[in-house]
Amino acid sequence: MNPRTLIAAAAAAVLAGCASIMYTPPTEQETMAVIKSSFKDRGIAKVDRLNQSDLQTACTDTGNNPPKDLRERLEKAALATVKYPADGKWLGDHKQGERIAQTGVGMQWSDAPGAPAGGNCYACHQLTKSEISYGNIGPSLNSYGKLRGYSEDIKKYTWAKIWNTHSFNACSSMPRFGDAGILTEDQIRHLMALLLDPQSPVNN
Amino acid sequence: MLSKRTLSWLRSIALAVACAGAAFGPSGAAAQSDDKTQQEIERYRQALLEGNPAELVAMRGEELWKTPRGPKKASLEKCDIGLGPGMVKGAYAQLPRYFADTDQVMDFEARLVHCMVTLQGFERADAVKSPFSGAGQRQTDIEAITAYVVDQSRGATIAVPQGHAKERAAFDRGKRLFYMRAGPYDFACSTCHGVDNQRIRLQDLPNFEKPEPAQRAFATWPAYRVSQGALRTMQWRINDCFRQQRFPEPIFISQGTVDLITFLGVKAAGGKMDSPAIKR
Repeated sequence: MNPRTLIAAAAAAVLAGCASIMYTPPTEQETMAVIKSSFKDRGIAKVDRLNQSDLQTACTDTGNNPPKDLRERLEKAALATVKYPADGKWLGDHKQGERIAQTGVGMQWSDAPGAPAGGNCYACHQLTKSEISYGNIGPSLNSYGKLRGYSEDIKKYTWAKIWNTHSFNACSSMPRFGDAGILTEDQIRHLMALLLDPQSPVNN
Repeated sequence: MLSKRTLSWLRSIALAVACAGAAFGPSGAAAQSDDKTQQEIERYRQALLEGNPAELVAMRGEELWKTPRGPKKASLEKCDIGLGPGMVKGAYAQLPRYFADTDQVMDFEARLVHCMVTLQGFERADAVKSPFSGAGQRQTDIEAITAYVVDQSRGATIAVPQGHAKERAAFDRGKRLFYMRAGPYDFACSTCHGVDNQRIRLQDLPNFEKPEPAQRAFATWPAYRVSQGALRTMQWRINDCFRQQRFPEPIFISQGTVDLITFLGVKAAGGKMDSPAIKR
């Protein structure tokens, strides 16, 4: 063996040794291929739900903390999706709102297609004082109207917040109840009343 | 003196009473709520008197493990679940892991199916068809065997290996899935399980970014769920999380589910297995 062959052989041996120790993380493409092949359609929950929207991608990739310009762009785009009530009527019935706030079904593979969804507000928020079983992922909404007043501006802001929460907080954890078609306009009116009717137990 | 397990039951009771109230709430359903709470207390008293029902499931699992079954009339006693053929003690605490014979990272349930197919001659499609028992049904063989095997790791230190490149790749993909926001509700696993001291209603949510809550959560699955009257495995836990996350259904023992369990297990390193536990 001449010295050059020897050196080449030694280099190959070192490389082979490294390959077993060296680790190359899977690419994004490889990872997504594995993830997508690991789910199946069931009921109303189809695999196309794994296709991330621009907002979902941006929030995932930035750990829910996008840089300022991206955040502003996402919030502006979200606000543009909000459909305000055509008749200008903001408030429905707070009692129906309470029922919607208590109900957690909707859009799971175990839910019947077309069955009305709930808002499941209590999963994450405190609302009325009498309901002691509430989550804490979101802020307390007790006394929501009492603290903020019942002005037209607050009503408009609250409607937009429920319709598409990302309008004011790009990577908020809250679902887009209007934009994603989870709740109907009427159901949102009832939730609005729960928050902003002075007679609602939330404000009393 | 109260044993550790009794104490853990007592904690579960306190939670169940709180949650039974939670399920209905006081508004307009007070009587119903009281009845329901009472029922839950009764069920827990029963559970205390009789012991954790998971023990019965594990006993059946042990029998299934040791009895010759399937077209090949073989038991599972030669099944290698990571520590060598027939080595069951402490093995669950080191899963998922890489297996050279399949060139794959597998969790316990994936490995069990592998052994049912290779050792016992069952058809894979039959083995994975309905891994989880329905309401009021008898526990499936997979659930029973899983209860037995995890019980054999009680007290063992959680040590999901990361020495092989495929184990590290499983962790990395699992991490990606854990933080992935998708679906109509924009939820990721991390929405509920990436922040300290979060609750849905009154249910505490373990933060998998911190060792202590991650260890506590990983150590107590599989568990007997009193609200469902059934032992539930880790694959079931993942499945039901994705249902509520509004994702499509994860395929039983698919690579993605094993990856996610690998991520959770590595985060829980150093914890002590305490499963099957008993939960709300």
